[in-house]
Amino acid sequence: MTDADLFSTRRLWRFHGGVHPPQHKRESNDQPVLKAELPGRLTLPLHQHIGAPAEPIVEVGDLVLKGQRIAKAKGYVSAPLHAPTSGRIIDIGDYPVPHPSGLSAPCIVIEADGEDRWIDREPIADYLSLEPSELRNRIRDAGIVGLGGAGFPSYIKMNPGGGKVIETLILNGAECEPYITCDDALMRRQADEIIGGMNIVRHALQARECLIAIEDNKPEAIAAMRAAIEGMEGVEVVPVPTLYPEGGEKQLVKVLTGKEVPTDSLCASVGVVGTNVGTAAAVYHAVHHGTPLISRLVTITGDGVGRPRNLEVLIGTRMDELITSCLGDLAKIERIIMGGPMMGFSMSRADLPVIKTTNCVLALHRESAPTHTAMPCIRCGACADSCPINLLPQQIYWYSKFRDLERVQEYNLFDCIECGCCSYVCPSHIPLVHYFRYAKGDIWIKEREKEKADLARRRHDSRQARIEREKAEAAALRAQKRAALEASKAAAGAADTRKTEVEAAMKRAESRRQAAMDQAETQRQKAQARVRPDAAKDEVKEALKATKETPSAEQPPEQQAGNEEKDA
Amino acid sequence: MSRLFRTATSPHVTTSNSVTRVMMTVFLALIPGIATYVWLFGWGVVINILFAILVALVCEGGMLWLRKRPLKPFLSDGSAVVTATLLALTIPPLSPWWITLIGVGFAIIVGKHLYGGLGYNPFNPAMLGYVLLLVSFPREMTSWLPVITFSQHPLDFTQSLSYILGGHLPPGLTIDALSEATPLDSLKNNLRQGNTIAEIRAQLGLDDATSRMLSIIPIFGNFGGKGWEWVNFAYLLGGLFLIWRRIIGWQIPVAMLASLAGMSLIFYGVNGNAYVSPMFHLFAGATMLGAFFIATDPVTAATSVQGRLVYGAGIGILVYIIRVWGGYPDAVAFSVLLMNMTVPLIDARFKPRVFGHLK
Ligand code: SF4
Ligand code: SF4
Repeated sequence: MTDADLFSTRRLWRFHGGVHPPQHKRESNDQPVLKAELPGRLTLPLHQHIGAPAEPIVEVGDLVLKGQRIAKAKGYVSAPLHAPTSGRIIDIGDYPVPHPSGLSAPCIVIEADGEDRWIDREPIADYLSLEPSELRNRIRDAGIVGLGGAGFPSYIKMNPGGGKVIETLILNGAECEPYITCDDALMRRQADEIIGGMNIVRHALQARECLIAIEDNKPEAIAAMRAAIEGMEGVEVVPVPTLYPEGGEKQLVKVLTGKEVPTDSLCASVGVVGTNVGTAAAVYHAVHHGTPLISRLVTITGDGVGRPRNLEVLIGTRMDELITSCLGDLAKIERIIMGGPMMGFSMSRADLPVIKTTNCVLALHRESAPTHTAMPCIRCGACADSCPINLLPQQIYWYSKFRDLERVQEYNLFDCIECGCCSYVCPSHIPLVHYFRYAKGDIWIKEREKEKADLARRRHDSRQARIEREKAEAAALRAQKRAALEASKAAAGAADTRKTEVEAAMKRAESRRQAAMDQAETQRQKAQARVRPDAAKDEVKEALKATKETPSAEQPPEQQAGNEEKDA
Repeated sequence: MSRLFRTATSPHVTTSNSVTRVMMTVFLALIPGIATYVWLFGWGVVINILFAILVALVCEGGMLWLRKRPLKPFLSDGSAVVTATLLALTIPPLSPWWITLIGVGFAIIVGKHLYGGLGYNPFNPAMLGYVLLLVSFPREMTSWLPVITFSQHPLDFTQSLSYILGGHLPPGLTIDALSEATPLDSLKNNLRQGNTIAEIRAQLGLDDATSRMLSIIPIFGNFGGKGWEWVNFAYLLGGLFLIWRRIIGWQIPVAMLASLAGMSLIFYGVNGNAYVSPMFHLFAGATMLGAFFIATDPVTAATSVQGRLVYGAGIGILVYIIRVWGGYPDAVAFSVLLMNMTVPLIDARFKPRVFGHLK
């Protein structure tokens, strides 16, 4: 392959900023991909995706087969879970999971019986004959979520809704994070499966064209994917210049189409849907083989492991076992990271299970995991120059440091994608991203408190109004009774008395009806507090928040910032 | 359970860049300018710089100690060294030691630490120190030297040292006899006396041999101020190096030089006999030092790209106004300080368009 092959005639666009961290891809790419050993025990967190956790449908003691569904999706934004191997459910309960908060979460634990016996699978013979919605259901039932790291349920992405026309399906093979090579390995080994999956997604979306974006530091993957699309219409492999964070969905959309996805909107709003190459391969297996998502490629790398490589791993396998199998010495490792060095989070323990979004386990020795003492910001602007969102990180930092939560939002804190470019380039080694996460957390907490207070106030107000009304009504009733009594005394006509009685009865009925309505209103409000009409949207939002680091479990940035000046 | 690992926040890699490296690169970029300066104006420059650095480090250390800050990271960050060097480059080459002491001391103690130390000072500390000296000690601060080739008594290293530290000059010499106005200064004086540029050129634009014979100090060099043109040129080279190394952005220097050139071009075009050419303004006084090393001080400059353009242009315009109509021959320090004051406004006004925020 020559350099010329890395170019395409397609016009590409640029996003602002970006950085070129050392790649470290060779290490894990030089070794052939292996299947990890079948572990004796698998721990499967119920929450491995964006959205609501799955709900167990098995009980302790149950025997399960490989591929059997063990937890069902709960709500629209959720994903089911399947047994990665055959065995017995030995526990359902809280276990430590890979999450930035370092907390434990509900898991299903399976003891493998070693037989790896499959459940009966139902491949789809001809997916083209299926309605897109049916296809989507199949993909949902296979538990497929975005494997690029975000873990958003794939079937939702395949349903842009609102009659939106999807022009372009982008297959994301950029893999811009240093160290990680699992997508590269997949593209080189299983290009046909990826393309097969792409065709399915394309059919479901009725997308006009497919663009397969691969950074130009992966010539072999580019060649393999080009070979796999030979003779296909409306599909193109587009080598894109290596620049972190190009694999970011909105960045990639910009690079390939020149379209800028409005903030707060999904890519679908500009007629584009992006899918990771690994996800496409999983879709292929789900449709053509009836195989749910129970394993994935994971890059085990870093100078903390003796033989970095990509492994095909069952979901639920412990990371420390993988590290040991790649000749890593846990005693000598300083830092363990799930994901890449730019956006991955470091974990306090290694005995955590691989989940659907685990693309990489990065083990670093002390030398390559430096901790710097932060110096004050010298306002050099390097951070702003590198920010792909064109924010002013130094200003956001300044205001988040002084907890000026209004100003940080004026400076668009919530547009920050936490890519880490700014921290990466900062000559003062300020953990900028850490400050930003912290500020976001602060704001969310404040907002939630405000929402609660608002709700309480509304409730109080309506209760107050009801009491007033009831009082007024009671008074009116009394006055009426009195008037009626007087009138009956005066007239003493039977017909008249009857009439007043009827009137009084009607009044009583009316006031009862009012009371009932009031009660209904309160209940409706209560219910609304729990589920609002746009609950699905909120749920996504909530879930998105939940996937970010939980602020309370974190150290305040000041403690990390070392000797940085706090007065001024 | 396996062992616990210390967690850290992402990203888990950083560049090997550091404040120290930034500052040392700035210092490195100053070296061509310093060398040219020494070559043309003698050893006093070096003595000033070394003494200024010593004073700066002592003041910095003292302030850190008083403010209970760790010494090592801040003493080694290089910022005090750069401040001291910049200040030393703006005072006359033969200045008594206490000039340097007061200027640098004020810059570090008041200009930097009383505002909160590195990163918190709204004003460029070196320029604050310089302005304090200029208004307090106008005589010392305007006793400049002629270019060595025109000096009848160039001082060697020991003689310079002995004057700077002890005030002793070789027998029969006084500082008044040694010193000369800078080109910008004598230009201003000549124009004030009602001379036209053509007349000044006729008087002071003689070739080197003749002017030496008549012991006249020329104002005009080949393209800028006599002697100073080369110093400026060397600073320009250093500045381009900084842009290439991405230590500074191009916006501030380009905007400042362009606005200065633009202003002078307009007036030169209207009346070439009362106003000097843009080239002269660009290559005289502290123009290039200001454009690449002083106005670009990141701490005190505007941040966004547009903001920096506005900030730089403001400095250029102010430099021209003060040079031509103000009370001082040069104006970089005042202009920078004035624009420093506008930085919060500029920063609030000019924010880049955020990705995804379509109009
Ligand atoms: S890169 Fe660091 S030192 Fe430079 S402006 Fe940004 S936060 Fe400040
Ligand atoms: S982490 Fe946020 S502020 Fe920093 S470069 Fe990325 S998007 Fe910009």
